[in-house]
Amino acid sequence: MTNEALQNLISSWIPELEFTEEKSQFLNITVQPEQLHQLMTQLKSNPDTNFDYLYCLSGVDWGKELGVVYHLESTTHRHQIVVKVKTEDRENPTFDTVCNIWYTAEFHEREVFDFFGIQFNNHPNLKRLFLTEEWDGFPLRKDYVDEINMVIK
Amino acid sequence: MGVNNTSEIPADFPGKVIPGGNGANILVTSLDDIINWGRANSLWSLYFGTSCCAIEMMQTGAARHDYSRFGFEVARPSPRQADLIIIAGTIVNKMAPVLRRLYDQMAEPKYVIAMGACAISGGPFFYNSYSVVKGADHVIPVDVYVPGCPPRPEALLEGMLMLQAKIKTESMKNKVFPIDGFDEGL
Repeated sequence: MTNEALQNLISSWIPELEFTEEKSQFLNITVQPEQLHQLMTQLKSNPDTNFDYLYCLSGVDWGKELGVVYHLESTTHRHQIVVKVKTEDRENPTFDTVCNIWYTAEFHEREVFDFFGIQFNNHPNLKRLFLTEEWDGFPLRKDYVDEINMVIK
Repeated sequence: MGVNNTSEIPADFPGKVIPGGNGANILVTSLDDIINWGRANSLWSLYFGTSCCAIEMMQTGAARHDYSRFGFEVARPSPRQADLIIIAGTIVNKMAPVLRRLYDQMAEPKYVIAMGACAISGGPFFYNSYSVVKGADHVIPVDVYVPGCPPRPEALLEGMLMLQAKIKTESMKNKVFPIDGFDEGL
């Protein structure tokens, strides 16, 4: 499917999605946290989209918002899409897990939790992955302070 | 046939060879000189490539540059069999205790080359990070620093030859252990 066809189809499912291309090859969808799980389930299960491959899951700190970016591909249709979800709540950012849709997300979400402190609802084993258990703070956030190891800008 | 039976003395042999007849020559040298000559020409390095500098290190060992020409014969996977660590890559806080343990497991005499910007100072890219050690000399004492990102094989060879020159100035009487008085600069 082309990007326009994907946009026409997906916008008929949930009305308040935001579509951008941002000069990239992918169609970018920004979704509200409440509708994330519904959208992801539909993207995977609908036979026309059939996004069965989550090939990248990244945490992002945009400075104001914290969020997660999902890169999806369909191994049957060979089309790709990017889904973004953001929240301005830096104290307690929470999204729904997608690891019951794509099992690989379990480790990726643990990594995002480890470095950005983003919580995932219904995640089976949400604990630190790379850093030690007693680590204080989330080092990939823009406002992370480490006076010993980092140059303060 | 094709075999040269005339004995040749290596040009850099540190001492005098007096022909004694019947192939039994007499060597006159000092112990320091002959031991250092031997050590400098049989430095076996430990595999320690933590990032991209390791590719240049492999190239230095491969056929075109071939560090075994200078006596760095082979790389060893075990610290017990190695005389030298070439730190080829970034050292992070998780790797630092491992590097220190490997260094402590090596038998004396042991030497360290810090190869590339990351091993010297934390590197041009990731120094401003919670995880990167700002130079391997915060973990173990370094003998030779080879700058570059990554250094070309010629630069690493130059560093290795400089290490050989350093070894040739050592003396058993004034031997200092590298870890004595080592300041981690923390």
